[in-house]
Amino acid sequence: MKTIEDLQKIREEMQSKISLRKDEGDSIRVVVGMATCGIAAGARPVLEALVNEVGRRQLKNVVVTQTGCIGVCRLEPIVEVYEKDKEKVTYVKMDAEMARTVVSEHLVNGRVVQAWTIGASE
Amino acid sequence: MKELSLNVLDLAQNSLSAGARHITIEICESLKEDVLRIRIADDGIGMDPDFLERVTDPFVTTRKTRPVGMGIPFIKMAAEMAEGTFDIRSRKGEGTELRASFRLSHVDRMPLGDIAGTIATLIQGAPEVDYTYVRSTDSGSFEFDTGRIREMLEGISLREPEILDWIKDYIMQGETGVMAQNK
Repeated sequence: MKTIEDLQKIREEMQSKISLRKDEGDSIRVVVGMATCGIAAGARPVLEALVNEVGRRQLKNVVVTQTGCIGVCRLEPIVEVYEKDKEKVTYVKMDAEMARTVVSEHLVNGRVVQAWTIGASE
Repeated sequence: MKELSLNVLDLAQNSLSAGARHITIEICESLKEDVLRIRIADDGIGMDPDFLERVTDPFVTTRKTRPVGMGIPFIKMAAEMAEGTFDIRSRKGEGTELRASFRLSHVDRMPLGDIAGTIATLIQGAPEVDYTYVRSTDSGSFEFDTGRIREMLEGISLREPEILDWIKDYIMQGETGVMAQNK
């Protein structure tokens, strides 16, 4: 059972750690397309997997956000990764499992999963 | 769309684009009346009568990447396929209210799907907006409101993964409780 008391406990833990995510210039931004096209193609589970995996691994330098239509609807769900001083990486036709792999391979280990990028699919 | 919860997510995104500060999502399942009702109401900028009249037309949209908008046509079609109704009302400067109904037992009625996931996704995308979610049946109801949660969190963002996890589980549990009584 999840109770309001559980939420209070989570809050207290977070306050004591003072480890809140900071959206600073050197953070990695992960953007998921969440317009009608993205949602219909399965973007919601992709977003949920990204948020969950980033939280589970305590990646404080990663910010997951949503955007509207990216413009290539047939390649949705699309995930874009923005890193300072690096070229944007666009992953296409994603699912939840692939999203988890991108977190571990790209965001943690710094290796772009080339096979799933827009360049490989076109 | 494979489930109605995805339509709800898509339509609530329209409310966010309209600058809503508060979005209400209500889902009512009545076995007695054999009906499923969905209501989404916001306090966004609203639509003028001319746009409102044409809003179920797929070639009317506010998106800028291409001139096609399928969100509203999708849910209208889903409702009509299941012997339901669709209605949208709006006033410029006041907000928009959308209602769709479905015959609950109709073979073509899409499943509701993961509403808790939809609410968590909305909060993740726009944590500063307040959301009220009400799920009801003939025998009871469950209500979730971010206003109360926000107060309790004392400044910690609702978009923190740990908080989102809690919200999703809390909603799923509340829904299960309401549905279990609905026999």
